[in-house]
Amino acid sequence: MRHRSTSRALYELLSSMRFAISLLTLLGVASIIGTVVKQNEPYNNYLNQFGPFWFPIFEKLGLYSVYNSFWFLTILGFLVLSTSACIVRQARPMLKDMKSFREHARESSLASFAHQTRLPVSLPSAQARATTLAYLTASGFTARENPRDDGVLLAAKQGSWTRIGYFLAHGAIVLICAGGLLDGNLPLKIQMALGGKQLTTGNQLIAQIPAESRLGVDNWSFRGNVFIPEGKSANTAVLNVQDGILLQDLPFTVSLHKFHLEHYESGMPKRFASDILITDNTTGKSVEKTIEVNKPFEFAGVMMYQASFEDGGSRLHLLGHDLRTGSTRPPFPAEAVVGESVALKETGLDYTLELGSFRAFNIENMAVDTPDAEPGGLARLDKHLGSGARSPTSKDMQNVGPSIQYKLRDSAGQAREYQNFMQPILQDGAWYLLSGMRDNPSAPFRFMRIPMDDDGRPDSWFAIRRVLLDSARHPEIARRFTATAIGLDAGPEVRSRMQETTARTLELFARGGFESLGKFIESTIPEAERDKAADVFIKILEGSAWEAWKMARADAGLPAIMPAAQHARLLRDTLNATNDSLHYGAPVYFQPTGFDEVRATVLQVTRSPGKPIVYLGSLLLVLGVFAMLYIRERRLFVLIKDSGEALMALSSNRKSMDVDESFQRHRDALATLLNPGPRP
Amino acid sequence: MEIAHKDSASLLRRLNPGDWLYALALAGGALFALRQYGGFMDIYDKAILLFTVPGLAVMGFAWKPFRVFLAAATALALVSISLYQGDLARAEQVFFLKYLISSQTAIMWMSALFFIATGAFLLGLVARSDFADATGSVLTWCAVTMGTTGLMVRWYESYLIGSDVGHIPLSNLYEVFVLFALMTGLLYLYYEGRYATRRMGAFVLLVISAAVAFLLWYTFSREAHEIQPLIPALQSYWMKVHVPANFIGYGAFALAAMVGVADLLVRKGILASRLPPAEVLDDVMYKAIAIGFAFFTIATILGALWAAEAWGTYWQWDPKETWAFIVWLNYATWLHIRLTKGLRGPMLAWWAIVGLVVTAFAFVGVNMFLSGLHSYGSL
Repeated sequence: MRHRSTSRALYELLSSMRFAISLLTLLGVASIIGTVVKQNEPYNNYLNQFGPFWFPIFEKLGLYSVYNSFWFLTILGFLVLSTSACIVRQARPMLKDMKSFREHARESSLASFAHQTRLPVSLPSAQARATTLAYLTASGFTARENPRDDGVLLAAKQGSWTRIGYFLAHGAIVLICAGGLLDGNLPLKIQMALGGKQLTTGNQLIAQIPAESRLGVDNWSFRGNVFIPEGKSANTAVLNVQDGILLQDLPFTVSLHKFHLEHYESGMPKRFASDILITDNTTGKSVEKTIEVNKPFEFAGVMMYQASFEDGGSRLHLLGHDLRTGSTRPPFPAEAVVGESVALKETGLDYTLELGSFRAFNIENMAVDTPDAEPGGLARLDKHLGSGARSPTSKDMQNVGPSIQYKLRDSAGQAREYQNFMQPILQDGAWYLLSGMRDNPSAPFRFMRIPMDDDGRPDSWFAIRRVLLDSARHPEIARRFTATAIGLDAGPEVRSRMQETTARTLELFARGGFESLGKFIESTIPEAERDKAADVFIKILEGSAWEAWKMARADAGLPAIMPAAQHARLLRDTLNATNDSLHYGAPVYFQPTGFDEVRATVLQVTRSPGKPIVYLGSLLLVLGVFAMLYIRERRLFVLIKDSGEALMALSSNRKSMDVDESFQRHRDALATLLNPGPRP
Repeated sequence: MEIAHKDSASLLRRLNPGDWLYALALAGGALFALRQYGGFMDIYDKAILLFTVPGLAVMGFAWKPFRVFLAAATALALVSISLYQGDLARAEQVFFLKYLISSQTAIMWMSALFFIATGAFLLGLVARSDFADATGSVLTWCAVTMGTTGLMVRWYESYLIGSDVGHIPLSNLYEVFVLFALMTGLLYLYYEGRYATRRMGAFVLLVISAAVAFLLWYTFSREAHEIQPLIPALQSYWMKVHVPANFIGYGAFALAAMVGVADLLVRKGILASRLPPAEVLDDVMYKAIAIGFAFFTIATILGALWAAEAWGTYWQWDPKETWAFIVWLNYATWLHIRLTKGLRGPMLAWWAIVGLVVTAFAFVGVNMFLSGLHSYGSL
């Protein structure tokens, strides 16, 4: 007996409203956690974020995958249990209530309703009965009559369907949770626990992955990604689980013909689409199809979605420029494939080139910010009237051409990252080849701007730089510069001092750029004269660079050049870029010269057996919610007594202002119908 | 919205010639749109357009002033479109476009009208002036008309930028803020008529004004009003149903919270003589939450269907989804407590106000503080 009462109490608790409301609240709070901690990130990110102390604790608590964690699923499980218990508990009484007209209600109980009144009846009983019945039917009620000793009770009801709404809505919750569970990662967890499946690491070849990390084609619930480069095919999907992967064999092979990537003028992505050929592995039947975002395709029970895209191993043609001081080596060609690394040993450099990514175009806002004051008041409002198309701040979106990103790793394993553009970019009125450098992946790139010469080529810069940094040529530069800077009438002493200063300046510059010059000025020249001295040094450098340029041209057998405004600018840019090259951190600059782009698509493939269940549940939920909220249950009782009086009472399953309203409406109508009064 | 207890037969019987004319105009409009712009629609877009006709018809049958509003907004939008003559530059040259009915200008008018309406309602509340209240009401009607015109014209303008850019203006935070103001305004006007009281206006218009203030800040300091093309994930007919359903929900929840504030004040005896009785406010609050909950349920389900098509999963606990779920749970609990437990009183009003905070976080906060797939309108 005791046992029975305990389970009874448990059932009472589970099916109670208080328990359900506590669960809903708990579920809400639990859900918040997963939006605060970013979910399903690589474990390393969490380790960095939380540190070695909290990382394992949070892992145990399942905070990295809250919605798949044991405790979250337990709460959901209790919600299903509670809702089911509630349905079971309500089913009998509710169905009974729906069917019943309560035509045996006593007069005394009707008289105790909140909405009841007594109406005088002037019609004969039979006619009053018929009139009332007709009214009830016309008002959408179904009625049943129960003759009594003292008259007749008409018991009518409408809107009983609201009770069905209850079953629909609550049953829907159970269905949705059950369906969701089938599509979650619980089936996978069960296979891992019972089927001996094990996670493996992602950085190995697919063929090497052992059978215990592969899921068969008969697996009925999975979600994974397929990576396919253009012109290649794949028949396995990768499932990312926690910090490892599993392989899912697919019942078909997908080949990618072409990946389409389109952009709007603003550079915003417009269309991602994969032209694929799917071949059934057993029947050999094949289908051609284009999969796009928002246009998935189903084959052999597997849905395929356009998830993302990557580089599929584009081949880049590069031109290496040796930046080492004193090197006379001409530019040398090199080739690299995205995602692969090339040892530079044979080119005499103890480095590895790791080509990380390639972008076929870069769309940048090239508008020059005009320093106009923002108009105030009405003028500002006026700017914002008109169509939604106009941009008050002008933007000039332009494709600045392809770029590559690569790492140069030295023999000690230290790497620096570079971002180089293939085409010169117009900045501040002149054209430059840009090369960005950074020491760590989270830092922004610092750009070296290589100026273009009269022929639109970077060659002059490389040539001038070589001469300018070559200490063997400093005396010659100094001599030539001195010769042009001070006239022939200057004495030999002045001349040799000038030459010495120039050579010293070049040496300092070659050692550490403007920085070493700055340090030199700070340590030797009094503060008051530093600005003036700096000017002198800059003049010397610019003059020397001019001489170096002429020397470089003579070396190369090119005709002499004349001073011109654009040459003065080129010299200034040359000095800046040379200075930056001294902090470039690499002995070589790779200029991209051509590419064979190969794109790869990433398709998401899923089998979600719970989807139809969830959709059915959703439909029932909507029907149920509307039925519960908008079908109003009303019971109207009219007891027509032979004594020339009627007792009218109205009840509803809910208390609201509408009930008052409908009571008044029916009362007024019946009062006139039952007691028509003298006809005019 | 009170469709259920009046069965459809009696609704049809109560139709007057104006209703039939209205329905005819709707059907004609839909056919015209199909003929004129059918080339830009896929089969689903066309189906949605056709379903809009009975939807709007029933709205107008059940709520007569809605017909006038829709006719006015449509007429203004058509005038605007015809003034454009297919040339965007005319927005700067034609006086009526530049200062009245181009999309940005219309939305500016909407903003101004909502502000003035708020002032009028506040004046009505303080001075017990029925005239001020009536003015507020008319201004609110004008505001929603201008706002609706603005959105319709914006839709057209987006196609003038380029046929690959054109899309319904429900795609970013700026556009949905306009929609939010419109939905909240329309819901308010409905309840104003149904309960024959204009005194709630001062409260409801406050939350609309707050949204409009944000909208203006967003326009002037972030240039957010610029029409942007759609990223691939948003290029779907689902947007046309998911977003409006969502904003009926958000608008209703906002309205319920503001009525909740009035309810609390009345219960404390503050402004009690100027506001409707607590039972009325309580009833409006319930009605608003009920309609909001129903539509929010639909919106979330439509969102899930769309997610299944765009992202391959109907539910993946993305922050926006999760917060939608939290909002849903919140109002589900509210309804359980009221309907099943029969609870009434200040606690539910407080809860409705807290509900708005939760809703606001799901609407704007998620975009500001959390990252995820739904980050179309970052701040």
